[in-house]
Amino acid sequence: MNSNKKTLKVFAYSYLIFLYAPVLLLPIFAFNDSTIISFPLNSFTFKWFAGLTQETYLQESLKNSLFVAISTSILSTCLGILASRASARYEFFGKKSILSFLILPLFLPEIIIGVALLVVLMQLGLSLSLWTVILGHTLVCTPFSIAILNSAFANMDMSLEEASLDLGETRFGTFKRVILPMVSPGLIASFLICFTISLDEFIIAFFLTGTETTLPVYIWGQLRFPAKLPGVMALGFLMLLLSLILLLLVEFFRRRMNRATDDQANVQFGNLFKT
Amino acid sequence: MTEKLNTDSKKNIVELNGVVKHFGEIVALDGVSAQIREGEFFSLLGPSGCGKTTLLRLIAGFEQPTKGNIIIDGFQMRGVEANERPTNMVFQSYAIFPHLNVEENVGYGLKRLNLGKDETARRVNEMLNLVDLDNYNKRPAHALSGGQRQRVALARSLIMKPKVLLLDEPLSSLDKNLREQMQVELRHLQRNVGITFIFVTHDQEEALTMSDRTAVMFEGQIVQIATPQEIYSRPKSKRVASFIGVMNFIEGQLLKDGDQNTTVDAGILGNVKVNPDQMPIPLNSGPVTIGIRPEMLTLLFEGQDRIEFEISGVILESAYFGDMTYYTVQVTGLESPLTISMRNTAGRRVLEDGESARVGWGAESLVILKKSEL
Amino acid sequence: MMDRLKNWFSSDSSRGLTLIGLPFGFSLLLLAAPMLLIFFLGFWTQDYLVLYRSFSLDNYIEAWTEPMYRDLMLRSLGISAAVTLATVMLAYPMAYFISFHGGNRKALWLFLVTIPFWTSYLLRVFLWKVILGYNGVLNSALDWLGVIEEPLTFILYNANAVIITLTHAWAPFAILPIYVALEKIDRSYLEAATDLGDGPLKSFLRITLPLSMTGVVGAALIIFIPTIGDYVTPKLVGGKDGLMIANMIQVQFMKANNAPLGASLAVSAMGIVTMISLVFLALNRRWLRKRGS
Repeated sequence: MNSNKKTLKVFAYSYLIFLYAPVLLLPIFAFNDSTIISFPLNSFTFKWFAGLTQETYLQESLKNSLFVAISTSILSTCLGILASRASARYEFFGKKSILSFLILPLFLPEIIIGVALLVVLMQLGLSLSLWTVILGHTLVCTPFSIAILNSAFANMDMSLEEASLDLGETRFGTFKRVILPMVSPGLIASFLICFTISLDEFIIAFFLTGTETTLPVYIWGQLRFPAKLPGVMALGFLMLLLSLILLLLVEFFRRRMNRATDDQANVQFGNLFKT
Repeated sequence: MTEKLNTDSKKNIVELNGVVKHFGEIVALDGVSAQIREGEFFSLLGPSGCGKTTLLRLIAGFEQPTKGNIIIDGFQMRGVEANERPTNMVFQSYAIFPHLNVEENVGYGLKRLNLGKDETARRVNEMLNLVDLDNYNKRPAHALSGGQRQRVALARSLIMKPKVLLLDEPLSSLDKNLREQMQVELRHLQRNVGITFIFVTHDQEEALTMSDRTAVMFEGQIVQIATPQEIYSRPKSKRVASFIGVMNFIEGQLLKDGDQNTTVDAGILGNVKVNPDQMPIPLNSGPVTIGIRPEMLTLLFEGQDRIEFEISGVILESAYFGDMTYYTVQVTGLESPLTISMRNTAGRRVLEDGESARVGWGAESLVILKKSEL
Repeated sequence: MMDRLKNWFSSDSSRGLTLIGLPFGFSLLLLAAPMLLIFFLGFWTQDYLVLYRSFSLDNYIEAWTEPMYRDLMLRSLGISAAVTLATVMLAYPMAYFISFHGGNRKALWLFLVTIPFWTSYLLRVFLWKVILGYNGVLNSALDWLGVIEEPLTFILYNANAVIITLTHAWAPFAILPIYVALEKIDRSYLEAATDLGDGPLKSFLRITLPLSMTGVVGAALIIFIPTIGDYVTPKLVGGKDGLMIANMIQVQFMKANNAPLGASLAVSAMGIVTMISLVFLALNRRWLRKRGS
């Protein structure tokens, strides 16, 4: 059994290297003083990062991407709130089918979504812009928002809502003062995930963008030019760092969300034994 | 708000008229009618699933009745939402808002009244004082013990000055000592504040200790509404009798000789004349079930004189409870053994298993009940 | 009657429908309508910029009979199958390692496995291009180390490159489901098997593998279905011989101005993939039932 375990271990570490290989190239060549991405390495340099600040088109695209990502995360989260609240709290005709339909975008290849939306927009005579990208991204991100928020809403104690109503608060007031605060960790997780997905998304943006491009579309354009490659490396490295930070934030809030609902359960459970 | 219906309703703060509630196929309430008086401590007592919580929620407004109607303070409650009713509820889980501290919880319902910071604070402090939680204002919700949460729930509801306070098994999650202490405190609180309390519980001891009147419920219906004494000593059915405390049952025959003479043939216990008030429901001649409480039976010791109603038996076993001892006694002529409770007064000895015993009782301690399967 | 209506309006049902109305309406508009349009589009024809809305099977016939499209479709299926196979086969031992030999550090291993995939997909594909290129990282490193004299050419601008790149890209999507399925296996089954004389290989084949099949099937479907529609990887590293159906679909919609043909290709591709997946699921269910559980 031990030799099996050893071979497995060797495999695991080799596989890990395989997984990291492309990504490790980013820090290596982002700081490498050469326009060609190959070995052997030259000297260490910051110039590619400095060069990024000169690229106005890059900064434009970055701004556009941020605008799209923020709008998408807000829209998706709002739609997610409505759908999750309906799903967790109410029973109604066609519930299962409607919910399955809402998460369908998760299972469709993005190119089909992109192409389909493009066709519809053309038929309607609408012009492409950042807003069309936002629509496409929202379609794709809402299922994620629903997935995250559904458990947050489902875990909420219904008697808290009833207590609020009992004390004279309206339904909307109850939503604002009780429900929303209780699902806030889920809300934040939803924002962050949708933001990350939108920031990174290429194909739908590629099909639906007008004259203003997003960051991934910009990068796609850069890939034709060999001279631009080290700059792309530097940019990629920065994006990796940003993604890591966002990932850690999501994990932090996900744990907060679990702990908050655990607290409720713990306190009620503890009451059976304590004074 | 609909018009006040008639001035007679003033005495009855809550009226239930033929309330029926269906959940799909399930019949939770099967025609419930009752009048609850202003200022009463009224309890709904019954086993799990009898519909008592459902009834409470209907009064609160969280559900609407399928049939029948509910009148609170003279106003029809049909179509009136929970947040518009003059009722407030203390939930079984207390439902303390976990993201708010004590004073924010207690003052929650006042926000919509726009009283201003000072007045709100004054009222909150007044309530905290009432429930013995002075200076707990800034305590976060998760740092409260079970008993404290309950007081916060009470304060939060009472601060709204409801006409009726609804309590859904609020003591069931507390340990025995705390529960007994809270029973006394709740009673005092209710007397103090003067608000009608409707209290749901499955614990008959609790209901009897605290209530002015109790409604016993089985399977979606109210079978008896009465004071604790009446329910205990004059239960309307065998089922009520067995649900409240312990009762011995003996089969017998009722003989009605005109309106004056009613006797019951209690088998081994002999022929006993009974008063009309010993029959909670008027019955005709025929087979009946006779009930007698353990404390209405007594064991006679050596040296005590023979009394009118006495038979002999054998002690099967005894259970010692500190202040009382419960004996199971096999009596010649009766199939099932009798349960007899004796107070452990000074000098009284505990009888041993196997010992022969003299069992005595008084004629007025019998209750005549309708014969039933249960 | 008014009462019944008023009752319904404040009922759970109406509230639920009101809430879900907006997201559902949004989806209907942006998903259902476009999908339907794509479906119908395949039955229309386009000449330059003019769209003829008369029903015609021409595009579907062309999509299915024209050798170029047929070959492209088959190649796409072949690449998807190869990627699925390769990814799952590599992912399984990794998932096994983490589940059975991960000890206290399982969460750490899982975290490490997912980090590389928090870079932009686009960048990762590009990085593979950089690695596999004629003057790329792999070739220059091997040359520098003296392992080869001539750069390797079979690794870029063909189907191989696509397969390698996608096998990398889908790795965590295979590792995680398989890991979850392996974690669910009660270890005492394996102890019992060893107790009864089974060697490690036998107990793996007879117990572990069948019980983890749900994870394997899940992984396979997660990878196979979307891979057919991948655009970026074939475009960047596929050269001529590695292009897939999605690239052709894009061409038809853009340059070739033949949206209906593109639509028929898209619908056909989705249809074939769905069919294959259903058949796969059915076969798998039968295989599991035969083995008994």
